[in-house]
Amino acid sequence: MTKQDSTEKSLNLSSENWFLSPTARALGALIIVFVLGLAFNADGAFLKWGTHRDMLRAVSVYGILSCGMTLVIISGGIDLSVGSILALTAVCFSLFSIHKNIAVSLSIIGCLIIGSLCGIFSGAVISRFRIQPFIATLAMMVFARGMAKWISGGQKISTAVRQVDGSYKYVDVPHVFNLINSKVMSDNLSVVTLIFFVCLVISWIFLIKLRYGRYIYAIGGNEEAACLSGVPVGWIKILAYGMSGLFCAIAGICQAAQEMQGDPEAGMAYELSAIAMVVIGGTSLQGGRGGIWLTLIGVLTIGYLEKILSINAVGEDKRLMLTAVIIIAAVLLQKTKK
Amino acid sequence: MVLPLLTNQQVNTTQLLKMTGIHKSFSGVKVLSDVQFELRAGEVHVLAGENGAGKSTLIKILAGVHTDYLGQILLNSKPVRFASIHEAAGAGISVIHQELSLVPSMTIAENIFLGREKSCGPWLNKKKMTAEARKLLSEIGLNVDVTKNLSNYPLTIQQMVEICKALAFDCRIIVMDEPTSALTDVEVEKLFSIIDKLKKSGCGIIYISHKMEEIYSIGDRITVLRDGAYVGTASATQLDRDKLVKWMVGRELNQQFPRHKSAAGQVRLKVDSFTLADPAGKPIPAVNNVSFNVHSGEILGIAGLQGSGNSELLNGIFGTYGTQNFGDFELDGRPYKPKTPANAISKGISLLTNDRKANGLVLTMNIIENTTLASLKNFSPFGWLMPKKEFKSAAEQKELLNLKAASLKMSVDTLSGGNQQKVVMAKWIETRPKVLLLDEPTRGVDVGAKHEIYELMNKWTSQGIAIILITSEMPELLAMSDRIIVMHRGSVTAQFNFGEATQEKILRAAMGLQMK
Repeated sequence: MTKQDSTEKSLNLSSENWFLSPTARALGALIIVFVLGLAFNADGAFLKWGTHRDMLRAVSVYGILSCGMTLVIISGGIDLSVGSILALTAVCFSLFSIHKNIAVSLSIIGCLIIGSLCGIFSGAVISRFRIQPFIATLAMMVFARGMAKWISGGQKISTAVRQVDGSYKYVDVPHVFNLINSKVMSDNLSVVTLIFFVCLVISWIFLIKLRYGRYIYAIGGNEEAACLSGVPVGWIKILAYGMSGLFCAIAGICQAAQEMQGDPEAGMAYELSAIAMVVIGGTSLQGGRGGIWLTLIGVLTIGYLEKILSINAVGEDKRLMLTAVIIIAAVLLQKTKK
Repeated sequence: MVLPLLTNQQVNTTQLLKMTGIHKSFSGVKVLSDVQFELRAGEVHVLAGENGAGKSTLIKILAGVHTDYLGQILLNSKPVRFASIHEAAGAGISVIHQELSLVPSMTIAENIFLGREKSCGPWLNKKKMTAEARKLLSEIGLNVDVTKNLSNYPLTIQQMVEICKALAFDCRIIVMDEPTSALTDVEVEKLFSIIDKLKKSGCGIIYISHKMEEIYSIGDRITVLRDGAYVGTASATQLDRDKLVKWMVGRELNQQFPRHKSAAGQVRLKVDSFTLADPAGKPIPAVNNVSFNVHSGEILGIAGLQGSGNSELLNGIFGTYGTQNFGDFELDGRPYKPKTPANAISKGISLLTNDRKANGLVLTMNIIENTTLASLKNFSPFGWLMPKKEFKSAAEQKELLNLKAASLKMSVDTLSGGNQQKVVMAKWIETRPKVLLLDEPTRGVDVGAKHEIYELMNKWTSQGIAIILITSEMPELLAMSDRIIVMHRGSVTAQFNFGEATQEKILRAAMGLQMK
C-alpha cells in the first residue's frame, strides 16, 4: 500500500510539473514550427506525407550523428570529430566495396570498427591524459579528415574505377547502396530513416536500460562524486566516445550510399548541426541532464524548419539566418524561469 | 573605514533593523508566516532553527533576493523594500554565505574592491586600493600580502577577506550563514575576535549556526524559527540549551549524544606505517607513518585541525589518490592495498566525504539513482538495470534512515541538508561496508537530523561495522568515539580511550604541543 502510495504521489508530482518538464519545453518548439508549417503549407505541400518522408530522409544522417553526440554531451563532453569520421568511413566504405570488391558485410564491419576506433582513441586521450574533450576531438576532427583525404588520394571514390592502363571503367555499385537508398512500406519510409530509428532505440537502451548509461549520467552530473562512488570514469568515457564513433560510421555508410560515392569532403560542419539538434532538444551542454527522445525532438524541429522554408522557396541565405533564430528561441524556451 | 565607537548606552538601544509580519510562499507552499526579527547595533543576534525552518528565506528577503513577500522591513526606522541584491547591498546589508562569493584567481585587494573599484577616470587606482585593503585587513588583525592571489590562502583567510569586503562597503548589518562550518577551532577563535571588533564599532550581526557551543559563546540574543513560524526571542543568558533545543524542534531531546557503548569485536582494519605524499604536491607528506587498528563495532575518532592530514588519511585508505602510498594494511586479516575507490568499495570500505555537494551527490540525479550509484552492479545483472529492485532498495533505505521526501523520484538538489546527507549515507550502506569512513557526517545538518545520524552510527556499529569518524565538533567527537587519535601535520600525536580525553588535551595534541 505504501509503495503504491508513493508511486502515485510521484506520478501526481510529475503531472503537475509536466508543462515545465524539458520534454514539454522541447515539444513546445517543435509544435510551434509544425503549426507554422500548417499555416505556410505551400498550397498543401506540407499536408502530403511525401514531404514528411523526404524531411525524415534528409535529417537521418544528422540524426544518427546526434545519437552519439547525445551520449557524449550527457557525459559532460563534446565531440567535434563526427563530421570527419563520417567522411573517413564513407570513403573507406566506398573504397572497400566498390574498388576493392571486398564483401559488403566485411566492408560494413570494417567501417564500424574504424569509426569506433577513432572514437575510442579520442576517449582514451581525454581520460588518460585529462585533455579537454573540445581539444581532443578537435584534433581527431583534423586527423580523420586528413586520413580520409590520404586514403582517397583527395579524390571522390566513385563508380569510376581507374584501370591499369590509366583509363576509367564504370562499375555498378554493390546492391547494398541501392538498398539503403530505397524506400519501404509501400514507399512511405526511407531505409535511412529506419536506420536512424534503430540508432535511437540502441541509444535509448544504452542510456536508460543499461548500467553504463546510468554511469554516463552520473559522470556528467558530478564526475568527482561518480569516481568516489566507484564508477570507472575513464572506461565509461572511452565507451561514450566509442559509441559516438560507431554511430559516425553508420552515418558514413548511409552518406556513401546516398551519394553513391565516398567523398573525403563530406560531412563538413555536420558536428555543429548535430550539436545544435541535441541542444535544441534540451540536453544540457553542462552534462548530466537530457535524453535521446529529446534529441529526436531537436532533430525534427530543425528538419521541419528547413523543410517548411524550402517548400516555401525561401533561399538558403535566409534559411540559415532563420535557423539561428530558432536555435536561440528554443534554448530560451528551455531556460528555467526563476 | 573608521566607525565611531558607540557608548554602551547606544549599543543597547539603537535599533538597526526591524522586520515584522513577514509572510512568504513558494508556488502556494507557505514557508514563512508572520515572522518578526529585530537587530540592534552592536549585538550578535543568533537566528536559530532546524534546516527548513525558514532562516535562509528570511535572510534572502532581507538581502533583496526574494522580492515578493508580505510584511514590513524598517531599516534605521525607515521603511524599505529592496527590489534587488544591489539595493540591499547599497543600504549596508552584507551576507557572507557558506559558499564564498570571491574570485580565487584575483588578488585580495582586487577581491575587496570588486564591483566598486577605486579609479581615476577609466584608470584603476591600484595604489589606493592596495593601501586601503592593507589598512582594512590590519584593522581586523590580519597580516597578509594583499597583492597575492586569494587562492594562495586557506579558507579561513578567504572568509576574513569576505568580511573585509563587507566593511569596505560600510556595511552596518552583516549576516553570517554558518561561517565556521569549514573552519578549525583556532580559526573560529580568530573569527570571533573579529566579530567582537565589529560589535564594538556598532555593526549588527545576524549569525546563523547549528553549533550549540558557538551560539552561546558569541550570541547576545537568540531568535528561533520553527516550520516557518516565529517561536520567540530571548537573550542568550536566559535561554538555556535544553530550552533552545525545545524551541527549535518542538520537543525535548533527552540526550544530545546517545552513544551506546557496544562491545568491540575483532580487528577489522589494521593500518601499519601509512605514509602518503601530499596530493597538492607540497614536500611534507600529508600522512606520515600513521598506524592504528579499528575493531568491528567500534567508532574510532580522528581529531586534528585543518591541514592535519586526517581527511587525507581517510581518502588515502579509500584509494582516492591511487596507489601512491606506503604502508601495510589488513582488512579482516587479509592484506589490503588502496588502489581506487572502486576497489575499496568492492573490498568493503566506504568513504562519506566531507562535502556532499562537491563530491558526495550527483545533484542532477534523483534519490533512487543516487542511492544505488555505488552498488549499481548488484542492481544490473549483465549490465541490464532492474528499476523495480532499485526502487525497493531505495524505499527500504528511506524507511531505515527516516528520509523525508515527497517522492523517491525527486531530484536530490531539492532536499534539505540533513536529508541530502541521509541519501549519501543510504548510498554507502547499500554497498554493505565492513569499514565506514565518515568525514564530517553532520556538517551543515540540523539538530534533529544530527541526533538521527548518531543513532544510525550506533545501529551500524551494533551490526559489526567499524567506523572511523572525523568531526570538527569537539563535543561530538568526545561523545561518539570509543577511542580517539589526534593528528598534527600528518603524524599521530596522541591517543585516548573513551573518557580519557578532554577538549583541552585534544587541542594541545592537535596543535603539536607536548603532553604533560
